[in-house]
Amino acid sequence: MTDVLNIGLSVLILGLAVWTIVAREAYAAVVGFIAYGLLLTLVWVQLQGIDVALTEAAIGGGLTGALLIGAAARLRGTETAARAERPRSASRCLAAGVSCAVAVALAICVLALPEPAPTLAPEVLANMAVTEVGNPITAVLLAFRAMDTLLEAIVLLFALIGVWSLAPDRAWGGRPGLLQAAGPNGMLAFAARALAPIGVVTGMYIFWIGADHPGGKFQGATILAAMWLLVMMAGLADAPPISRSWLRGLLVAGPLAFIGIGAVGAVQAGAFLAYPEGFAKPLILVIEFALMPSLTLILGLMLLGAPQRGKAP
Amino acid sequence: MNLILELWTVVAVVVGAFFFFAGTVGLLRFPDSLTRLHALTKADNLGLGLVVLGLLPQVDSVSAGLKLVCIWLLVLLSGATAGQLIARTLHQGESRS
Repeated sequence: MTDVLNIGLSVLILGLAVWTIVAREAYAAVVGFIAYGLLLTLVWVQLQGIDVALTEAAIGGGLTGALLIGAAARLRGTETAARAERPRSASRCLAAGVSCAVAVALAICVLALPEPAPTLAPEVLANMAVTEVGNPITAVLLAFRAMDTLLEAIVLLFALIGVWSLAPDRAWGGRPGLLQAAGPNGMLAFAARALAPIGVVTGMYIFWIGADHPGGKFQGATILAAMWLLVMMAGLADAPPISRSWLRGLLVAGPLAFIGIGAVGAVQAGAFLAYPEGFAKPLILVIEFALMPSLTLILGLMLLGAPQRGKAP
Repeated sequence: MNLILELWTVVAVVVGAFFFFAGTVGLLRFPDSLTRLHALTKADNLGLGLVVLGLLPQVDSVSAGLKLVCIWLLVLLSGATAGQLIARTLHQGESRS
């Protein structure tokens, strides 16, 4: 029974992947990509990777999907012109050939892996008690490989700066996104009022439970950012101007706290991002709490896009 | 008693699956956007509702059952909102052209 489900899932995913590539309209391709992300979530659940499944659903399907829908809507005007200058069939065949070669090389690498595959999982489980964290994924992300998580947070911040740098000069320092015209008594406002409290509780729960069960700050922050966007789309609140100092302070607070704790570790425990003995869990909590608002704001502002409305009076 | 509950699960889930099937067929075959929307929201609301009702006797704890019902209610809320928004956009597009 499970085999039938797995085979059906694989066939559906491969079909959707092909559809995403061959779809002519950008919008259709994006819709295919979102469905592909949701099916990939099911694959991770089947593989017992609940943490990865949560991240895939929140960031791979939801957030990236919303970003791509925005991009497709912007490109709609120029799409016919772009289609006219399709590359010649020779270069398209070359692209397809190179892609297939990469896929075959990857498949050979995966199939050639020794059985059982080399893994550090037993060492993580053996040393997890030191961190006092119950979820091995969190232990890896915030203790054993904390450097990767720090760099991820910084990359997100750089991405937001990149988005902001697309702003025209007259709008610099202003509010991102377009002014929403939805009425306060409309359907969307009702949904935002009903859904936002539930979403905020769910996001905080997923953030907090990350210490011992699947969950964590990235997934929680994505849900919180989605609720923030919903409230702004419904016209119940406006986006803050990007020149506000509280906003900029909160954006850098998370990564700065992370770097600060890492520097303390360099002095106290002998290595950058090493935690002094006995302080691992409290320091991990401090980092998580500092990163959560930064990530929520970064993800939300990234979806809102570059500032488009002039400086607030 | 157990047999009745098992039977209820099978019947409700099968009927729910039928609604999803009918909704998908409607989505593919109906002539215009409003009727397609109708087919889609029927599948979401009734199909998922019946599947959830059918699975309720099979859960281990009260909290798991409550979670299932919550999922259904959230899908109802988001489905109704999205349906309204799409229908309104269609309506405005028609009156403009």
